[in-house]
Amino acid sequence: MSSVTYREALNRALADALAEDERVFMLGEDIAEAGGAFKVTEGLKARFGAERVLDTPISEQAIVGAAIGASIKGRRPIAELMFADFAGVCFDQIANQLAKYRYMTGGQVTVPVTIRLCNGAGGGFGSQHSQAVENWFLSFPGLKVVVPGSPADAYGLMRAAVNDENPVLLFEHKGLLNTTGELAEEPQPVELGRADVVRVGTDVTVVATQLMRVRAEQAAATLAAEGVEVELIDPRTLVPLDLETIGASVDKTARLLVVQESTLGGSWGASLTAELMRTHFESLDAAPAQLGTDETPVPYAGPLEDAWLPSAARIADAVRALMEV
Amino acid sequence: MTTSQAETYALSTERLLELLQRMVEIRLFEEEIQRLFTQNLVRGSTHLCNGQEATEVGACAALREGDSMLCTYRGHGAVLAMGAPLDRTFAEILGRVDGLCRGKGGSMHLTDVSVGAYGSFAIVGAHLPIATGFALAAKQAGDGAVCLCFFGDGSTNIGAFHEALNLAGIWRLPLVFVCENNVYGEYSHWSSTTPIEELASRAASYGMPGVRVDGNDLAAVHGVVGEAVARAREGEGATLVEALTYRHKGHSRTDPGHYRPREEVDAWLARDPLDLCAAALLERGVEQAELDARREAAALGVAEALERALASAAPDPAARLEHVWA
Repeated sequence: MSSVTYREALNRALADALAEDERVFMLGEDIAEAGGAFKVTEGLKARFGAERVLDTPISEQAIVGAAIGASIKGRRPIAELMFADFAGVCFDQIANQLAKYRYMTGGQVTVPVTIRLCNGAGGGFGSQHSQAVENWFLSFPGLKVVVPGSPADAYGLMRAAVNDENPVLLFEHKGLLNTTGELAEEPQPVELGRADVVRVGTDVTVVATQLMRVRAEQAAATLAAEGVEVELIDPRTLVPLDLETIGASVDKTARLLVVQESTLGGSWGASLTAELMRTHFESLDAAPAQLGTDETPVPYAGPLEDAWLPSAARIADAVRALMEV
Repeated sequence: MTTSQAETYALSTERLLELLQRMVEIRLFEEEIQRLFTQNLVRGSTHLCNGQEATEVGACAALREGDSMLCTYRGHGAVLAMGAPLDRTFAEILGRVDGLCRGKGGSMHLTDVSVGAYGSFAIVGAHLPIATGFALAAKQAGDGAVCLCFFGDGSTNIGAFHEALNLAGIWRLPLVFVCENNVYGEYSHWSSTTPIEELASRAASYGMPGVRVDGNDLAAVHGVVGEAVARAREGEGATLVEALTYRHKGHSRTDPGHYRPREEVDAWLARDPLDLCAAALLERGVEQAELDARREAAALGVAEALERALASAAPDPAARLEHVWA
């Protein structure tokens, strides 16, 4: 085991994928020469060459479209959208082309595309470079949605995404790039669709991803000192969603809090809560709770953005309120 | 195009007869689809390609095995031009289990990978970026394959067109963009939506040749596209071909096309691509009886194919759950 940053884990996963399979190549804006806006792809062009790591124009539709076409002809493209918000300018390529191509041809093609998108708030990038947009993509059967929340998961989920025969959106969180964690000497892919029980507890189940997972871990440590044992679950993939693991935890704790870096309407947390109400209603001792952001775009100024994002303190408060029911 | 290149891509009389027969099949296919539609045997909408057969057949005839073709929701002709079987194409539009896409795609999404027809796309312009990926894969593989991408005049005003041509330009991709300028983008004359005289001139912005060709002249289309395909295969990059043609029917099933001046329609009908091809064959000394025999063979083939398609079963409702995930 060695300690690596989330960024280093992503970089290593990409390098290993390129090294292991000749069909893998990458394309995106400034990923080659510049090593990416967030330096996630640094050094890959030098190691694998300009034929495998391609800089593109600022043309998100062309980036995703080229990845789709190449994948059908047997390549394994990894496309980057520099900021996840930019998915808006190529929404058709993702929603109508990438997700539907296989189905509407009656299974004549497979579309093994991985799209990397840099997600999330907290960095002062303003409304158009900060939103965590994974909830935009929950309504397209055929498309997997992956949200790594630790360096080990960043590595393992990236490897699994590239190996998958289906299209995968993998969101990298800007706020986690410099966080550190352990990575095995020979790390393995992490199966898509399996949640991780990050912390075992008995009193309340908290479900969170990415930055919210990190903050929920901090909240859980605070609460433990107060005698409240949180079971923290990171679903890691939103499509497919591991309802079994989360449901089993709710059976044990009888209390559920979902924390999201987004508004709640139409979100994975809302869907998860509704489904668990249906299947685990008898297990619950309290109405499930959800904590999200304010119903506004992401603000710019530090105090505004800090207040907009659920903090560890607010997560702890939400748990305390739930424990009083 | 120089004389020598024209000779290189010249079609033998036998080949021209084959291609005439293919055009007739497509015309008759579309007429049957229209009839089936009025009988409520076809769901949703259809977008017929009557009048555009020379562009589709002439261009696809310039491809070889291993090449790929992408087209639009007005794609029955292009997919058949690649060699998709008539019966399974009928069956797809009829929503039957033997359809090309097992009834999952329908009129607007005809696909037959086995003949290189990699899809019909129903979001205007969306497949041009995807075509760059087919060409990129061919370039990476170094297999000499070419991608041919059809689209309409309306597509040239959507952003995806510009992103795709730009990418094909900078990466010198083995790609032939064939714009079927059929004069109307849905209900609007192309001159009312486009402030230039020739769509082919847009190629200049992307560092590739742009060529306008008479889209109703099969041999001319074949020659121009053949030259573009050869350039692409030799690593010289993409070409934009504008084939000027005409949509004999309205935009879709509910559109009688009343917005088109009668004289305009008549002038184009007088230049029906099937008639032009037949006239060219007669000029080469082919007997009228031979042309009649080809037409009869086409009619018989279409009729028999439709019979087989109508005999195909409806899909099992449970099949809707298949093909979501690989």
